[in-house]
Amino acid sequence: MKKYLLIESNDPFDNRGVERFYGLAAQLASLDHQVTLFLVQNGVLPARRGAAAPGLEAAAAAGVEIVADDFSLRERGIDAASLAPAVRAAPIDRVIDELAAGARAIWH
Amino acid sequence: MKVKVLNIVETAYRATLEEQDDPVIWLCRSIQGAGAGVDVLLVGNAVNYLARDQDASGLSFGGERQTQPPRLAADLEQLMAAGGAVFAAREDAAERGLARERCIEGVEWLDRADVAPLLDRYDRIWYW
Amino acid sequence: MTAKTTLTFLLMDGPFENARSTTAMRLIDAAVRRGHDVNVFAYEGAVSLAFAKQTAHANALHGRNAEEENHPLPRKWIAALMAKAAEQGTQLRWVNCGLCVDERGVNEAIPGTSRGGPADFWKMTLASDNTLVIPTK
Repeated sequence: MKKYLLIESNDPFDNRGVERFYGLAAQLASLDHQVTLFLVQNGVLPARRGAAAPGLEAAAAAGVEIVADDFSLRERGIDAASLAPAVRAAPIDRVIDELAAGARAIWH
Repeated sequence: MKVKVLNIVETAYRATLEEQDDPVIWLCRSIQGAGAGVDVLLVGNAVNYLARDQDASGLSFGGERQTQPPRLAADLEQLMAAGGAVFAAREDAAERGLARERCIEGVEWLDRADVAPLLDRYDRIWYW
Repeated sequence: MTAKTTLTFLLMDGPFENARSTTAMRLIDAAVRRGHDVNVFAYEGAVSLAFAKQTAHANALHGRNAEEENHPLPRKWIAALMAKAAEQGTQLRWVNCGLCVDERGVNEAIPGTSRGGPADFWKMTLASDNTLVIPTK
């Protein structure tokens, strides 16, 4: 079992590759790896409750931990009460801590 | 034992005309020369790098002619000749109407479901 | 706080074009703050991040003179992070891809940065505890 940190900086509304990346996160989780999906920049847009993000929901259902950069959320006016249930806010330091702990980090 | 890197390349034709190559494939070949075990997985639009008939020659601006256009497929062939593997996403090629017989030889075609297990074989995974 | 590690970042984006360059600086800032040694390999457009001749300007639409506008300059961010690292006894090593510098004509980089190539990036990754590549699009 390995630890993966997948960082998604794009949104699925403008970028088709994002659904592929969510799918990769879900696949890795289904192979029993520990997977965190860190959303940043426009990548946090699908984290708003009610956003059309089936791939994100599927990743969460597969056991992927989904966190969103707190600054990117605030920058876009998405407060904690507006977050989709599967998403938690986290500071950017989370990425550094995961890197320092040896997570296999992949940026998209 | 060589440290092995899987480079997943998705962005395609970005600055390839000015740089006369794909800067990511160029970097891959450079670190290959520095001793890295380099493999490439082409996804999204980057699967088109495998097309044999790419021709970017003939650019000219005023009297300034480009004499060395990018040769993206050839660069991948050289990466393979130097011991690197090139994988490509079968579904992405199919979506783009890119038939296998129009592509260079030596590529290993993967389904999307094959990608996650592939990552385990590498020490480093970089997504471009 | 976790134990000190060495982290390497490869950046590709220049300043003022998209959000990735700012996020990259936020990550480097976080890594320095948390006491890690940091290597940065600036590739392609990212070699302009440390260009010494970045200059702030006024903004008439904002109604602010240059001093009031206080326009961010990535070269100042990098210099400040290098100073912070030095002050706390950690390292922030910034290497610009030399060929990328040459073709863009941004040879005047801030003090403390250096030139290198892909082989240097490879050596950095081998000597690091972890590496994050932040590509451009």
